[in-house]
Amino acid sequence: MQKRDLISINDFSKEDYLRVMELAADFEQNPNQELLKGKVVATLFFEPSTRTRLSFETAINRLGGRIIGFSDSSSSSVSKGESLHDTIRMVSNYADLIVMRHPLEGSARYASEVSSVPIINAGDGANQHPSQTLLDMYSIVKTQGRLDDINIFMVGDLKYGRTVHSLLMALSEFERPIFNFIAPPELAMPEEYKRFLENKGIRYFEHTEFSDIISEADIIYMTRVQKERFTDPIEYEKVKNIYILRNKMLKKTKPTMKILHPLPRVNEIHTDVDDNPKAYYFTQALNGVYTRQAIISHIMGLK
Amino acid sequence: MDKAKALQVSAIKDGTVIDHIPAERLFDVINILGLFNIQEMITFGTNMDSKLLGKKGIIKVANRFFKDAEIDKIALVAPHAKLNIIQNYEVIEKRVVEIPDEIVNIAKCFNPKCITNNENMKTRFTVISHNPIELKCRYCEKITYENQVVIR
Repeated sequence: MQKRDLISINDFSKEDYLRVMELAADFEQNPNQELLKGKVVATLFFEPSTRTRLSFETAINRLGGRIIGFSDSSSSSVSKGESLHDTIRMVSNYADLIVMRHPLEGSARYASEVSSVPIINAGDGANQHPSQTLLDMYSIVKTQGRLDDINIFMVGDLKYGRTVHSLLMALSEFERPIFNFIAPPELAMPEEYKRFLENKGIRYFEHTEFSDIISEADIIYMTRVQKERFTDPIEYEKVKNIYILRNKMLKKTKPTMKILHPLPRVNEIHTDVDDNPKAYYFTQALNGVYTRQAIISHIMGLK
Repeated sequence: MDKAKALQVSAIKDGTVIDHIPAERLFDVINILGLFNIQEMITFGTNMDSKLLGKKGIIKVANRFFKDAEIDKIALVAPHAKLNIIQNYEVIEKRVVEIPDEIVNIAKCFNPKCITNNENMKTRFTVISHNPIELKCRYCEKITYENQVVIR
């Protein structure tokens, strides 16, 4: 059997998405399944990401696998100047699966060419973070009961936010999605994604601030507007408070609407939203564990 | 051909003439074809007047005949290049270059944070548009546009 990797969200077809959703629901019902018993999984974090690493390591533990690896490249041979090629060659001799995070874009694809065992990309710089997209989709299907006919509002940094780009690509595989983008002009959705939607005949609307139109939303997907992204600090000061979601803004939204956020949050969702049943971001993070169990099982053919 | 022009670069008996190279890309073409380490006679000229390109370069290589795959590598820097295959001072065949679907280890990715610019490895691009040239990096998935193409 040819080894299967998960490097980019485009590596998965609609059938793969649906299978992962189905498996994630199964793991949510029954989280402890010893499908990785006797297997060794390497978690190689060339840059720290505590949240993603703990989520993957919880998933591996619940599957009964053993973990080797590092959480920061300063504690590995990388700090001695070892190439990515050599690190991956060595580790793929030891482990049955490699989960890796690396600051350079394309590093995971390259690792998949070098490695004899499957690679799961847990983030390669600003490029891809496919397990995040799959857990976002699982959160949508769990709360809305479907992936077709979703009206999603993406808010904040839509220019550099890799999570919104990947989610846009994935949801476009389903029937009749509607995208609403709320962002300052400096951080608007890039042309190439808008062109992609136009070519597929998918509807999208652009807004520069929140309005009553959010009453149509099934999902509001919040991202952080980072000060570093602005060339002009005055521009940042002008827009920084426009993209903060507050509890009082949610009055007219649908009762089934949910708010997602890839976390960490800074101030873009006011803490007064947290107790609203529409706030879903903390459960979304928990869904990540089930989704990662599902991804591992799917690509390794364990279930 | 008028006499003055004919004298600019001398004729070869057998070999290949590569014409219509953009003047500023002449040395890129020499590099890509590895001409700096062959033993045969090579003559080249640049900054010659061209109706098509403004200024053009030309290379004549004696006793060398290129395979299509080899010559298509120069398409990135000289998409309008034309080849004349010479035998006994006569042009026996004319060829144009074609941009291949995949470009391996010729161009650099424009993205400084791409793994290919930080690790000793080959670059690989899918050609997503021919005119103007747009190259999608197999690794970082970013697009390098024609005016950003740099030869490794």
